[in-house]
Amino acid sequence: MTLNGWLQILVFAAAVLLVTKPMGLYILKVYDGTMRWLAPVERAIYRLGGVDPDEDQHWTRYAAGLLLFSAVSMLVTYAALRLQGHLPLNPFHRAGVTDRQAFETAASFTTNTDWQSYSGETTMSYLSQMTQLAFHNFASAAAGVAAAMALARGIARRSAGKIGNFWVDLVRGTLYLFLPFAFVLALLFAQQGVIQNFHPYVTATTLEGAKQVLAMGPVASQEAIKQLGTNGGGFFNANAAHPFENPTPWTNFLSMLAIFLVPAGLTYTFGRMVRRQKHGWALWSAMFVLFAAGVTTAYWAEAKGNPIHAAAGVDVAAGHGNPGGNMEGKEVRFGIATSALYATVTTDASCGAVNSVPDSYTPLGGMVPLVNIQLGELIFGGVGSGLYGMLVMAILTVFIAGLMVGRTPEYLGKKIQSREVRMAMLYVLIFPVVILLFTAASSVLPAGLKGLSNAGPHGLSEILYAFSSVTGNNGSAFAGLNGQSYYYNTLLGLGTLFGRFAMMVPALALGGFLAERKIVPATAGTFPVTSPLFVALLVGVILIVGALTFVPALALGPIVEHLLMNAGRLF
Amino acid sequence: MAAVKRPLFDPRIVRRAARDSFLKLDPRHMVRNPVMFVVLVGSVLTTLVLIADAVAGGEGRGDLGFTLQIALWLWFTVLFANFAEAMAEGRGKAQADTLRRSRSQTMAKKLTDPADRRATTSVGAGELRRGDVVLCQPGDLVPGDGEVVEGVASVDESAITGESAPVIRESGGDRSAVTGGTKVLSDFLVVRITANPGETFLDRMIGLVEGAKRQKTPNEIALIILLSGLTIVFLLAVVTLQPFAIYSGGAVPIPILVALLVCLIPTTIGGLLSAIGIAGMDRMIQHNVIAMSGRAVEAAGDVDTLLLDKTGTITLGNRQAVKLVPAEGVAGRALADAAQLASLADETPEGRSIVVLAKTGYGLRERDVQGMGATFIPFSAQTRLSGVDLDGRRIRKGAADAIEAFVAEQGGIVPPGVRAAVEAIAREGGTPLVVADGPRALGVVHLKDIVKGGIKERFAELRRMGIKTVMITGDNPLTAAAVAAEAGVDDFLAQAKPEDKMTLIKREQAGGRLVAMTGDGTNDAPALAQADVAVAMNTGTQAAKEAGNLIDLDSNPTKLIEVVEIGKQLLITRGALTTFSIANDVAKYFAIIPAMFVTTYPALQALNIMHLHSARSAVLSAVVFNALIIIALIPLALRGVRWRPGPAAAILRRNLWIYGVGGILIPFVGIKVLDVLITLLHLA
Repeated sequence: MTLNGWLQILVFAAAVLLVTKPMGLYILKVYDGTMRWLAPVERAIYRLGGVDPDEDQHWTRYAAGLLLFSAVSMLVTYAALRLQGHLPLNPFHRAGVTDRQAFETAASFTTNTDWQSYSGETTMSYLSQMTQLAFHNFASAAAGVAAAMALARGIARRSAGKIGNFWVDLVRGTLYLFLPFAFVLALLFAQQGVIQNFHPYVTATTLEGAKQVLAMGPVASQEAIKQLGTNGGGFFNANAAHPFENPTPWTNFLSMLAIFLVPAGLTYTFGRMVRRQKHGWALWSAMFVLFAAGVTTAYWAEAKGNPIHAAAGVDVAAGHGNPGGNMEGKEVRFGIATSALYATVTTDASCGAVNSVPDSYTPLGGMVPLVNIQLGELIFGGVGSGLYGMLVMAILTVFIAGLMVGRTPEYLGKKIQSREVRMAMLYVLIFPVVILLFTAASSVLPAGLKGLSNAGPHGLSEILYAFSSVTGNNGSAFAGLNGQSYYYNTLLGLGTLFGRFAMMVPALALGGFLAERKIVPATAGTFPVTSPLFVALLVGVILIVGALTFVPALALGPIVEHLLMNAGRLF
Repeated sequence: MAAVKRPLFDPRIVRRAARDSFLKLDPRHMVRNPVMFVVLVGSVLTTLVLIADAVAGGEGRGDLGFTLQIALWLWFTVLFANFAEAMAEGRGKAQADTLRRSRSQTMAKKLTDPADRRATTSVGAGELRRGDVVLCQPGDLVPGDGEVVEGVASVDESAITGESAPVIRESGGDRSAVTGGTKVLSDFLVVRITANPGETFLDRMIGLVEGAKRQKTPNEIALIILLSGLTIVFLLAVVTLQPFAIYSGGAVPIPILVALLVCLIPTTIGGLLSAIGIAGMDRMIQHNVIAMSGRAVEAAGDVDTLLLDKTGTITLGNRQAVKLVPAEGVAGRALADAAQLASLADETPEGRSIVVLAKTGYGLRERDVQGMGATFIPFSAQTRLSGVDLDGRRIRKGAADAIEAFVAEQGGIVPPGVRAAVEAIAREGGTPLVVADGPRALGVVHLKDIVKGGIKERFAELRRMGIKTVMITGDNPLTAAAVAAEAGVDDFLAQAKPEDKMTLIKREQAGGRLVAMTGDGTNDAPALAQADVAVAMNTGTQAAKEAGNLIDLDSNPTKLIEVVEIGKQLLITRGALTTFSIANDVAKYFAIIPAMFVTTYPALQALNIMHLHSARSAVLSAVVFNALIIIALIPLALRGVRWRPGPAAAILRRNLWIYGVGGILIPFVGIKVLDVLITLLHLA
């Protein structure tokens, strides 16, 4: 580990802290309806869609709207991908995408996962990239924030029972939040050298004299929303490790900041909405503690490198001209610190963009992204999903520990009773059900084992990572697992759908239930939700609930791999 | 009955509980508790594996002793949990037996004509129906719950309350309710029976303490959902471990998987949960409070606002007249004379204290006003005046504003000197009672409240817990403010009429707060019904008792504070054991995971940070620890977690250290100790 490395991480952390408040206030204005500079466009969209923007919806209606919108847009994408060969803007005559691939991709992009088991540059036409995948990058992000706002409203409102209007939230989030920010960010990216064109692919001659085909495309525009909306689906297969997607340290820094921008801001927005700004910061702090722990572990493990290399006489100490540690699978442009940071950020938030290959990390370094995902994608988390995931955990924390102060547990004045606990537990159960069952099946079924490129504990990590990634709607790949089969395309596609909607609906129900409750005024006898003690407790519950679930699986994957590596064995 | 204090482990209760813990193995009973049901299924499964191995012989035989021990300890885990529940119930059952013995088996003297006390027929107490009228004479047990319709008598209620001093029961007013099983000591009572057999107060109490009709409370249901959810999580973690193990190169034997599962699911809290709930009601009974439902005990912990009647709760019941302040131009003796006349028929302690003051301070002896042809004007809540009409004089005493209205009605006004005296007395915390003779206000009687010793500290304690205290009094605002300041309550409601109390409760509830109050009179009943926690005094009317959800057998209104504390203790106990139970899992993972894969991945021994002797001893010690901790925590579950009133943050910090951090560390020590023992005894 180097001072330079730590400074880069610290500067990033400071930037996240700085953007939280202004971003939070901006988001607040977007969703409370005070931002109106696109009002004519907004009105036109409502009229076109036949939406009554003044309707305040019950949670069931809100959820129905969200599900309907997602189902229809997923079907449209499925059809568009299948029929790609007959559609315009297809200069390389890419054929229609196969059924299993189209299902998985449509599901994956609708759910903000962006798991890609194909190479963008050899599978998708420009039309598919721009109208289908980019559309979902905006829409799924806006839908995620909408769900978070609905839950937040449920907590903030008193004896209401209504939690806002899905269509309005969707439109406003897209118009005022994601479009303008993505526009500015795309310009910044283009200025830094991210390509933005419809050119045919370029054939270049390398220094060694070999011919190389360079893929082109409208990358900057896609790259901006991919990060801002925590989508993560790369234009190119190499994702953010590709120099056309992520050419400079600045684009790298901006990408990471863009990933945390909305999720961090939402904690501030929430604090405002419930009139307990300190609680907003408490949630932020819990997220930050987990983020800091992750990046420290990953950086430490990668900088330390592989003891087998050291034993073989390789110089793994960082020095002038030598990054040291484990550089396998990392871009020389970014080095160890920012690769570890990027890997942590992209898995803390359910983004999934990558600028290095987790498969090549040391076992513990690679376990950090895996655990980040398995904790529930709530360390800042996906846009919206990070906040509602954290709120569910806060409710569970208040329930488990809240009894200890001798009152029926209350969260921000709302009593937490059986209905709320049932929804919170449903939410929490989806991860173990989907990840563990699918991974277990794949670790013994021939169809599952066929996709593996590594044996032993590393192979298990690959499967576990894949199902954690899709269920967490992250979409980053450990790499090493070949997901191109009916078996994997189907299960992974299903994983994204369960991980999105089977968790979103209980979260919305929770919002609906809480909206109906009275607000009990806080007294000295109320469970404190703003103190450092609460932050510690929240972190503790997230670790215990999240990690205890996966400890046996992790023990047989990365943990034993790490121990065996120290004993001189590799996989 | 209830005052009987029982040792925690009464041998008779323990014997009965030990037997009951086997009877409770009935799956129909077990399924009500999902966590323990999973353990039961695991025990059966392990036993089947044991039998199969024994029958099959061969390779599995070497493990027979080990599998047998695992199976036995799994069964013990279930039995220990059942034992905890049976212990808690056993204490209630023992109370119920005591109650049953006091249930009247005697004959009742039924009156065929309620107006005629001579014509009685003898019927069994069990045959009495609602509406029957019975006569109770000295030495008789009251045959059932009822309302006194005629007579005044002293009654020994020790069978119900444990209080040996007899109480007065009389027709009309707030002391007309009698309870079956109590004994008439003097005079006679004519009682109209108000409860059919099986529905009497005593029957209900027996049912409640036995826990026969115990329903799960809202918090309990929510907690069971959480625990079931966690059980499913761990079930998935363990079930999927087998494919992972097969992938890694070696399946894990079923008993070890079951052992891991049972260790991980929250058996500690799952096994003790119902015991904690029953014990909470039991602790109320120890304080001579009967909870009509578990919900009421739980709600007591949630209370935000306590409504306390000033008299009897905050101050001693009797205010004393300490001084007479005559109006300008009125002789002290004239005032004393009028005050005495107005009070002679007033049997309240205040009235009597005025008569005493007139005698000691002014040498006025009591007179037989009845013989003087006087007409008494009794006190009423609406006029708030009492007094006497005598020889054309209309002498009244009462609160300043009430007398002012009275005087004004007669065409007079209250002189400024009297007003000044009223305010001066009120400011000191005294109660000014103005005496008027027709249109003339003669002066002021200074009544003084005596605030109960130690009550101020109790209120400060409540404030630290975030509970607001509101004093309810009929006094004027000045008097009320002075007493409130002396007693240290947060707020007060002065010149309160019954409907004001109701308004206050509704207002607090609209603000999201839970309200607790005590009451005894019939006019308290609507407010009692509205309040979230309503403690009815046992001396109170039937209407009050029916409206309340808790009944205080001692009729001590200050006990409301203890009721709140017991409610909180119940919730704290549940929360603390839940936290403890979940925190325990960390150590169990460290014990069992390396042991499971000792052959597949010897490298995982690095996780064996406790340095347990062998894989078998590790698994066995974890299972044994898991079973024994239930037994070890039974006293805690029954007695409740010790806690000091204070702000939530302080309570939380303390409990987190003990049950959170302690919950993580204790099993490391416990499992290591057990491992050493098991190794020494060559059990594994």
